[in-house]
Amino acid sequence: MKIIPFSIATFITIALIVLLGTKLFIPAPLAVLLSPQHGVWQNAEPAGINYSTELSFPQLSGKTEVYFDERLVPHVFADNDRDAFFIQGYLHAKFRLWQMEFQTHAAAGRLSEIMGDKIGTLDVLNKVDRYFRRLGMGYAAENSLVLMEADSATKMMCDAYTAGVNACITSLSSSQLPLEYKLLGYKPEAWTNLKTALFIKYMAYDLAGGESDFEFTAAKNALSKIDFETIVPIRQDSLDPIIPSGTLFDKPAVTAKAPASADSLYFNYSKDTAALPVLPQKPDKDNGSNNWAVNGKKTRSGYPILCNDPHLGLNLPSLWYEMQIHTPHYNAYGATFPSAPGVIIGFNDSCAFGVTNAGRDVRDYYTIQFKDASRRSYLFNGEWKQTELRTERIKIKDKPDFIDTVAYTVFGPVIFDASYANRNNDGKNYAVRWKAHDASNEMKMFYQLDRAKNYNEYLEAIKNLHTPGQNCAFAAKNGDIAMWCQGEFPAKWRRQGDFVMPGTDSSYMWQGMIPQSENPHVLNPERGFVSSANQLPADTTYPYYIGPGFPNYRGWTINKRLNKMADITPQDMMDLQTDNYNVFAEMARPVLLQHMNEAALDADGKKYWNIFKEWNLRSDTGETGPVVFAVLWENLEKEVWADDIARIKTTLVPYQSSLLEGILRDSAFKFVDNINTQQKETLSDDVLAAFKKAVPVIKKAETDDRGSWAKFKDTHISHLTKLPALSRLHLPIGGGTHIINAAKADHGPSWRMIVSLTPETQAYGVYPGGQNGNPGSVYYDNFIDTWANGKYYTLWMMKKEEMADERVKFKMSFTK
Amino acid sequence: MKFIASILLTALLSFVICLYMDWWTIAIVAFAVAILIHQRPLPSFLTGFIALFLLWGGLSWWIDMKNEHVLSHKLASLLPFGGSVFLMILVTAITGALVAGFAALAGSYAREGK
Repeated sequence: MKIIPFSIATFITIALIVLLGTKLFIPAPLAVLLSPQHGVWQNAEPAGINYSTELSFPQLSGKTEVYFDERLVPHVFADNDRDAFFIQGYLHAKFRLWQMEFQTHAAAGRLSEIMGDKIGTLDVLNKVDRYFRRLGMGYAAENSLVLMEADSATKMMCDAYTAGVNACITSLSSSQLPLEYKLLGYKPEAWTNLKTALFIKYMAYDLAGGESDFEFTAAKNALSKIDFETIVPIRQDSLDPIIPSGTLFDKPAVTAKAPASADSLYFNYSKDTAALPVLPQKPDKDNGSNNWAVNGKKTRSGYPILCNDPHLGLNLPSLWYEMQIHTPHYNAYGATFPSAPGVIIGFNDSCAFGVTNAGRDVRDYYTIQFKDASRRSYLFNGEWKQTELRTERIKIKDKPDFIDTVAYTVFGPVIFDASYANRNNDGKNYAVRWKAHDASNEMKMFYQLDRAKNYNEYLEAIKNLHTPGQNCAFAAKNGDIAMWCQGEFPAKWRRQGDFVMPGTDSSYMWQGMIPQSENPHVLNPERGFVSSANQLPADTTYPYYIGPGFPNYRGWTINKRLNKMADITPQDMMDLQTDNYNVFAEMARPVLLQHMNEAALDADGKKYWNIFKEWNLRSDTGETGPVVFAVLWENLEKEVWADDIARIKTTLVPYQSSLLEGILRDSAFKFVDNINTQQKETLSDDVLAAFKKAVPVIKKAETDDRGSWAKFKDTHISHLTKLPALSRLHLPIGGGTHIINAAKADHGPSWRMIVSLTPETQAYGVYPGGQNGNPGSVYYDNFIDTWANGKYYTLWMMKKEEMADERVKFKMSFTK
Repeated sequence: MKFIASILLTALLSFVICLYMDWWTIAIVAFAVAILIHQRPLPSFLTGFIALFLLWGGLSWWIDMKNEHVLSHKLASLLPFGGSVFLMILVTAITGALVAGFAALAGSYAREGK
């Protein structure tokens, strides 16, 4: 043996293995990623892949056949319910495993564990993980898990689902792991029922966490009452509530009364300028949706049609996974949540169901006075009461664990204190009372809804929905249509919880819950349709305080359209659901035109102003009008509000309706004057100034070839990691905020569904994604172009005897 | 003849062992083949290099073709390949080739007389 050259060659070999196989010297373990039999090449699925297979799992008790159609939608035919939930878990994991774990890690405050404590400039540890833990996400999920597992139906459902997910996980070799595990360098852990509960709480965070209590408190502290009420009104002029005006409501069973000290301690307008905490993460303010159902008198077929499009963050892999589940007990089709069993928005052989967000404020804050820095006791009703300290151990990739300790009070966890000050350096401690902390079993709703045969069974099902509150639309083949603004909501006195409340005694606590039967609802209304678009559920005759901040324009325009429509076909509903008419601009343009001094504009200004004047008010892809309007409005808001809200020690963004309705009511709207100047500005001054600032922005957009609405808005569907390479960018789609087709830059219609409840159900749907979460699959994003073009797929409620149909592409057989 | 046989054997055994083991076992295969079928150092190195260049390059090219470049287009811009699928396949091939080449070289020296 030639020792020296041998040693050198051996050393080089080992060095190469270390160099190429680890991240010690280069940012990615290239050889691990590139090895064609282990790494990312393994995720490059053959375009002509055949998914057909036969599998057996000891957990199954019967036979299940899964037929995949040409869009890779599985049609599951199981011998029994338990097997069906097992198969659903297996399929979710097979096609969406990484996403399921990522979402539930995020919900549990565990992202640092897989991503490290920082991603670029995002402080993951403090702004995400600690925040979610201090918000009590884990605590909330644990509470709900107890109920989920106490009910025999949902326990069976979740246990079978979890077993199915785990059956898939254990069958995966490391080369078969989803791409993202390989890129981020970690492995999946076992699924648990707790993870399903965490996912439901993540939806609660997204949909029932949209309050602005700290912002409102800062605004109240800085502004007079009348100014605050103008900026944050509890009802808009152009409101058409979900439950038709004129509906009679019962005398309330619960009457909430403001405490005697409220005038001095709570409604203390313009008295304080201390900084308040800022929530590090907030759900998108436009998390909302449209749903409506028309009865047979309004349709050509004579049967009801139900439509729904939930507006949520648009990501890849999609939040939704489409499937049909058929067992001897039920047959449901629709959008499912990878992470949870059941069909969430869909239809069965008797009825259809869809939801929009109720958007009620079910999260409030209380100031807490600790006895000392140990946070072991706090002042409550004149006594020192013990806190419960919950230890949160946060694992961090490549770093030691971080230990956070959160004090729990009668209200809930103390989210902000000295250990997590987050801008409030006033030494105050804030506890959060959140309805999502209370145990509830939402899985039971889906369990029952999927098999509901009629209105009464739908009503029984939705009683299980506590948080997040949803406006639940319903339509059945027997002709019934209904809407319930459902959830468990606290009965509040006017403005209760809109501001931070004193927490040293019980007087500001929630005094009771609104009985479920008193939630606003309507069955088979005279007008022939029910609809909701996140607007205020009921008019002021409703005896409970509902709160501010409900978007009103989509609901307004949907109701106007539905009122006029007759002889409706599914195609008409598709046209309505994808409609780009901008009703907000329709209301705003006359007052803007009236107050523009055109003579003061230069050539560019005149050109764009003419475009705005002649615009057809449609936010279609190729229009320039919506660009002009959007930039003008944004600048007008700055002109009007900036000076006034500068006094508020936070980032309060007044509602767009507050400005529009303010200037529609009175062109001498108080806020148009800039309080920092000597002269008194008028609305005309503001419109001109705003437009002059808008013109260069519009011109720049035009020069950069972003002058048409779709390009300017630039809708994209990002991968959950935000990696552009795995995302779909620059989609040609119109619509936007306040428009029925609510497609914004990264947010919008996440699942469009239209169900015509004719004897043979006719259903149509699409979501911006694809059935397979693997970026290396042709099924990863194949629905996106259809979605962007406003087209739909026919949803096939397959019958077992259609197994030889040419639409069936693959078949997976499962046995014991 | 030895040269061709070594290349084929290295490639074949590497493929088989990688069905079950980690990627770096290609080094063990290349080393073992170089001991089993002894060649001078340079041909040995080339044996390991060419075997894995062909195996990894060929496999990744084949996978990519069947995949209709869906994934490679994404990854070539995500990983440091400047968007070039060709470069990604080339780097894949060279990565395996270098490791196997040096392992085979070590194997050759292990059998070389003093």
